[in-house]
Amino acid sequence: AFFWLVSLLLSSLIWFIAVKASDPQDEPLQKGLLIFGVMFSVLLQETFRFLYYKLLRKAIEGLVALSEDGCSPISIQQMAYVAGLGFGLMSGAFSMINLLADALGPGTVGIHGDSQLYFLTSAFMTMVLIFLHTFWGILFFHGCEHRRWWEITAVVAMHLAVSGSTFCNPLYVGSLVPSYLLMAAAAAWAYLLSGGSAQNLHRFLLCK
Amino acid sequence: MITFMNNSDSEEEPCNERTSLMSAESPPVPSYQDGLQASAAGEAQAHRKRRTGSSRGPNNIVDGETSDSDVPVRESTLENEEEEQILKYGAKHVIMLFVPVTLCMIVVVATIKSVRFYTEKNGQLIYTPFSEDTPSVGQRLLNSVLNTIIMISVIVVMTVFLVLLYKYRCYKFIHGWLILSSLMLLFMFTYIYLGEVLKTYNVAMDYPTLFLVIWNFGAVGMICIHWKGPLQLQQAYLIMISALMALVFIKYLPEWSAWVILGAISIYDLIAVLCPKGPLRMLVETAQERNEPIFPALIYSSAMVWTVGMAKPDAAARGGSQQTWDAAEDGRENHRSPSHADSQMSETRSPLPTRPITSLEELGEEERGVKLGLGDFIFYSVLVGKAAATASGDWNTTLACFVAILIGLCLTLLLLAVFKKALPALPISITFGLIFYFSTDNLVRPFMDTLAAHQLYI
Repeated sequence: AFFWLVSLLLSSLIWFIAVKASDPQDEPLQKGLLIFGVMFSVLLQETFRFLYYKLLRKAIEGLVALSEDGCSPISIQQMAYVAGLGFGLMSGAFSMINLLADALGPGTVGIHGDSQLYFLTSAFMTMVLIFLHTFWGILFFHGCEHRRWWEITAVVAMHLAVSGSTFCNPLYVGSLVPSYLLMAAAAAWAYLLSGGSAQNLHRFLLCK
Repeated sequence: MITFMNNSDSEEEPCNERTSLMSAESPPVPSYQDGLQASAAGEAQAHRKRRTGSSRGPNNIVDGETSDSDVPVRESTLENEEEEQILKYGAKHVIMLFVPVTLCMIVVVATIKSVRFYTEKNGQLIYTPFSEDTPSVGQRLLNSVLNTIIMISVIVVMTVFLVLLYKYRCYKFIHGWLILSSLMLLFMFTYIYLGEVLKTYNVAMDYPTLFLVIWNFGAVGMICIHWKGPLQLQQAYLIMISALMALVFIKYLPEWSAWVILGAISIYDLIAVLCPKGPLRMLVETAQERNEPIFPALIYSSAMVWTVGMAKPDAAARGGSQQTWDAAEDGRENHRSPSHADSQMSETRSPLPTRPITSLEELGEEERGVKLGLGDFIFYSVLVGKAAATASGDWNTTLACFVAILIGLCLTLLLLAVFKKALPALPISITFGLIFYFSTDNLVRPFMDTLAAHQLYI
């Protein structure tokens, strides 16, 4: 969560500088800057995820060295899950909390002609992002562990795609649907990577 | 600060270099510390701050470890196990501290966001005489710096005074002072707080009920804190008291002064705890020489200590050194109530009778908790509360400061595990908190607002 926060900080710093240095009246430029800011932020988040991975790696080595039987009390997969969850929760919290605070107050949604489903779609989008961050955490760490660069690039590409799809808002079908599909794919992939299988799922569902 | 307290001095030979900072037979109080700081707050009176450091008593490897036979063979395994246990319990201790700090912050933020009273400017303390309602920026800055200087010097004077009192064993004075201050805190501040909350929610309450409620609250609080009581109740009271103090600070410190004071106090904490002639360090060392728990008061402890099999009576555990330090200018000061965690704990949780030391077999599990000074709670809450109060209506800033402080606390505890001596708990957390506050408020907020307006997600 902290690392996500730091990445957010740096990316907003860049955006802020860019905005201050440019002409506030120029609409397309501002929009362009915003897009640039979003993309840059995504890349920065992934970089920080990588840095966090490095830090955890060192921590695990330390734990292993200290422990008696040569294995650390917490596995890298657990760490991956927790890292992803932390990123997701922070990202979700930052996205939603002001919205929620405003939702408590008086007002009408979409009175100026915006979409009336603003709150709902925001909620769904946030949820999908949180899940995605968790899965990306698992995929990313797995990729780093086994040196499979294509997994890492897939995660980054997915993140960029999801953020990019939000540019379609308020055409919600353009952003929510692809995001959910991607989430399903990422979920299945992460599940398989973590050792699950169709058989396990089957057994779980039938409560054997 | 972590100090490790060993209750048995027969084994743990290998730990000697680590335990050299603390006395071998100490009572259940692992000492600690981070900056000691006492503060006394008064409604419009003098404030004194006290800081206490956080201490961590790592687990004494002891569960199940028996007598000191074949020590050399077990030395290395002992050390390994010890380290692993330290890490494991270290992580647990971190969590044990996160919860109370979080609770305190939640109480403060909830109050600030709902009760208008604490964000209204109704005058200032006499410790911050310079007003900030000046037309020019430079003047305002100058005033806040002057306020800070006055406040910090008051704190330094009080700390030195406390150290002197402690050195010359004026325990009764300190004891009385402490009781007076916690009395004021528990009764007067609670009364005001309750009054404001009731006003905000427009709930009517008659005076007899009010009197009954406050009397019970205060009386139980006094007993819990100064004498014996269930651990969790004591912790709850300490958290409430810290929150009340923090709210008073938030209300009465002018804006810029508050931020400068926070910064200055972390620097002071650093100096006072780490410099050889620093008052807090001298305090810690004096207490260690005397084998007494340092200020069981004013420290939040999450420990559960079972001390088993000690031949020596729990003398030091007795709250002879219940020092609290009051800034009794006109006797109208409020002080933070001490947290007599240790003494009470040793009393309420030593179920087993002492056994002769020769038959030293197992020491029961001694799970030492972590200790964090109440001053640290207060200042963390002040930072988060100020962020909630003055950030432009933004929850993001509050959340960012909260995360920053917790991470700072984590790092501090980590350093504690590494260095195993008293460390100040304020600097790292407050630095992170300040950085994140200013940057989130100025940089992240416009970014996030623009994103939210277009419903873009990153």
